[in-house]
Amino acid sequence: MTGGAGSRIRGLVRKEFLQVRRDASSFAIAFVLPAVLLFLFGFGVSLDAREVPVAVVVEDPTPEASDFVASLINSKYFVPRIMHARPPAERAMLAGEIDAIVVLRETFAGELNASDIRPAPIQAIVDGTNANRGRVLLGYLRGAWANWLAQRGLEDPALARATIDVEQRVWYNPAVDSRNFIVPGLVAIIMTLIGALLTALVVAREWERGTMEALFATPVRTSEILLGKLIPYFTLGMGGMALSVAMAVFVFEVPLRGSLLVLTAASAVFMVTALGMGLVISSVTRNQFVAAQTAILLTMLPAIMLSGFIFDIEAMPAWVQAVTYIVPARYFVAILQTLFLAGNIWPLIWPNLLALALFGTGLLLIAGRRTRKSLE
Amino acid sequence: MSEPVVALAGVGKRFRKSGRPALDDIAAEAEAGSITGLIGPDGAGKTTLLRLIAGLYKPSSGTLRVAGRNGAPEPGTLGYMPQQFGLYEDLSVAENLDLYADLQNLPRSQRRERMARLLSFTGLEPFTDRLAGNLSGGMKQKLGLACVLVHPPRVLLLDEPSVGVDPLSRRELWRMVRELSEQGMAVLWSTAYLDEAARCSRVWLLDEGRLLAQGPPDNFLAEVRGRCFRMPLGETGRRHVQALASAHRGVLDAQIQGRGLRLVLEKDTPPPDAKEVGAAGEAESVEPRFEDAVVARLRGQHASETEEASGHEDDWRKHADGDDTAIETRELTKRFGDFTAVDRVNFTVRRGEIFGLLGPNGAGKSTTFRMLCGLLPASGGEARVAGFDLAHARADARARIGYMSQAFSLYGGLSVRQNLNFFAGAYGLYGRGARQAIRRALKDFELEPYAGASAAGLPLGFKQRLSLACALMHGPAILFLDEPTSGVDPLTRREFWARINAMAERGVTVLVTSHVMDEAEYCDRLAIMYRGRVIASGPPDELKQTHLGRLDASLEDAFIRLIEAQEGPAAAEAPA
Repeated sequence: MTGGAGSRIRGLVRKEFLQVRRDASSFAIAFVLPAVLLFLFGFGVSLDAREVPVAVVVEDPTPEASDFVASLINSKYFVPRIMHARPPAERAMLAGEIDAIVVLRETFAGELNASDIRPAPIQAIVDGTNANRGRVLLGYLRGAWANWLAQRGLEDPALARATIDVEQRVWYNPAVDSRNFIVPGLVAIIMTLIGALLTALVVAREWERGTMEALFATPVRTSEILLGKLIPYFTLGMGGMALSVAMAVFVFEVPLRGSLLVLTAASAVFMVTALGMGLVISSVTRNQFVAAQTAILLTMLPAIMLSGFIFDIEAMPAWVQAVTYIVPARYFVAILQTLFLAGNIWPLIWPNLLALALFGTGLLLIAGRRTRKSLE
Repeated sequence: MSEPVVALAGVGKRFRKSGRPALDDIAAEAEAGSITGLIGPDGAGKTTLLRLIAGLYKPSSGTLRVAGRNGAPEPGTLGYMPQQFGLYEDLSVAENLDLYADLQNLPRSQRRERMARLLSFTGLEPFTDRLAGNLSGGMKQKLGLACVLVHPPRVLLLDEPSVGVDPLSRRELWRMVRELSEQGMAVLWSTAYLDEAARCSRVWLLDEGRLLAQGPPDNFLAEVRGRCFRMPLGETGRRHVQALASAHRGVLDAQIQGRGLRLVLEKDTPPPDAKEVGAAGEAESVEPRFEDAVVARLRGQHASETEEASGHEDDWRKHADGDDTAIETRELTKRFGDFTAVDRVNFTVRRGEIFGLLGPNGAGKSTTFRMLCGLLPASGGEARVAGFDLAHARADARARIGYMSQAFSLYGGLSVRQNLNFFAGAYGLYGRGARQAIRRALKDFELEPYAGASAAGLPLGFKQRLSLACALMHGPAILFLDEPTSGVDPLTRREFWARINAMAERGVTVLVTSHVMDEAEYCDRLAIMYRGRVIASGPPDELKQTHLGRLDASLEDAFIRLIEAQEGPAAAEAPA
């Protein structure tokens, strides 16, 4: 019978490839969708603040004040607008035209040049509506101020003030470019959706068109039907994955520090998991429209929220942290971020890979069980 | 006698813990070399039974032996063609066959010869490279059969293979299946067409999950022999006579058949007096048809539920538009690019008439229909509906027509009352007018008990009633019916036509399209379309007389004769 199984699986796989060739939708899901999503999110989602409009209220235009404003203008982080009183600046803030106000009071120069050490003589008001961005901005402003003071000290040691010298080093992402951290996570999120969508749609289509019923009446086994779906869409999904990685490296210029071999192996394990999710979804819904909606809802949404891709898992309440363990994307996000930014760090990769393998096996077993009982 | 190939003993199937089982205590056998017809109303359990035999369901009780093995059949001994034929539409004919050859483990060495035989057997040789999705209904059905036959099974299960397939293709399928059974295959064939069942070696009649009767069709016929009559009808008031006769004591079934009324009576009951029901002459005994026997059986079973829809002489709007012509087409033509779908079609329908537009798939019926409903502009010629020229006053014409499509354009998630509400609004009824129309629809179509139930869950007959009620919401003068009863069981079909007849009695004009020739018997006059043209028209009896020279023949025979005369015997094989 093994020879028979081989011929049956071969027949199913060939059929699937023919269908992919004739009906562009699977091809679009595997290649066009990840490219589009990666472009949109990769360029759109950034945690860095750049060219932030800020108002600088200069109550007394002394040379010192002008010098500080010039340093802000030269920074790539800010687009300052010079004003001479607070009320117009506050109005601009209310209108949403600026995100922060820096106030240099008329006493600025005097206090700066006083011999005794006093509290920082500038005031920064930040739009805190978006708390995250507000915090980032405040940090930038502090940095800009400290830089300026240090600069002044270098140029004229007499003006140097005793400040604590903090030397920052950011490891693995020295440029502190959030894109380097987001894009690998994004690849994981997108491939979760693609994998699940590929199988969910094609299996639901077989149910809808009554071909599943006809297949069941032939000697073909459930495991062979599932393999007949897994093999072609695994190939397609891995193609989409390769495209995504290529885009990450060449379009977004994210460094890839781990080995390509490990990346391929981990992606393969993850792809089986994602395809397995699709198989389970379609065995339950058996309707293409519902299957597509469920795939988006069940894979992409939790993957974005709970995988640690943007939102730090460590910062979540304990019970939410517990929930994140059942989101397969979580493990793949961790693996990809490690491989891209740090390298082949096995202690970080192994446990995640193992978890993915367990998920994949479990999902395939469920899909097998559910499909067998199917017609009932 | 050898062991039967399929043997069922006390087989039952339950999907839910409570309520009636889908199948209950079925005991029956099918032998090698026989064709068994599975018949029964919608929801009787035909598909469930076939799936049980195919091993796709497990029985909840009883035992099932297929090809000498208990329980699920051994792989390869059984072929099953589900309702949708199980074809991959984006694969070609050859690729579909190849896939099933792989799945059935047909060795490569035998493949070429086997494929060639199947292709010639089904007449699909010229189409091997065509995508299955581009085949006509009849050719799809043949391809579905070929796929099942890749590995010749001992038991062949066919689930309603002829729904939506034109009469010529139905006949060819029958010829092929009989050939297979002669080679020793046991065939189980579920069908809504009783003329097909009548040709089977045995028939299983299912109703509400039980096996109501089984045996050779002749046994069924013997039961109603001497209980079937035909009464001649006059020129006018034929439907009125039918309504009176149906209501008569002891009459199980009264159907208009051309110029006569066919009656099936209860045992030992004399036929009604001709004068009493207004017939043109006394009833004379006729040979029973298989359909008579089945209807008599089912009527006995559902005696309490059967009610006729006539009765009410109510306030449906009387349509006196002065002019007696409801629909008229003159050289009506529709071209799509360089393809002429409808080619200079002429016909006239009088007010209160039931007019049928018949023909195989792709003949141009639907296109004509859409033009008359004002959904498609004509490329040439003229069409007047309810006195309005469709070229200038489409909206006026549309306000006068009701349209019931084949697909039941109801909102499944809405309740019966909500559906009626919606359609009332869509037709511009509001306030008191709308409330009255809805009340009347619920009453006339006896939908009151179901007013709060969701439309999707209604039994087929009730869905059909609701569709019709929605189409009639605004009291249209003309009713368009698109394939209203294809694949519907005989009782539901009778009930539906009783309502249509009552409607016509009140002066509503009815235009029906169909490829089911049975439906044509209900029409006053017909136009038969083929390849965009009307090739014959007239009353059903006249068509039978002119083209076959016999009145007792079926319209289907007349139809096939006509098309063969047009293009030679192979003509109807043209794809849709």
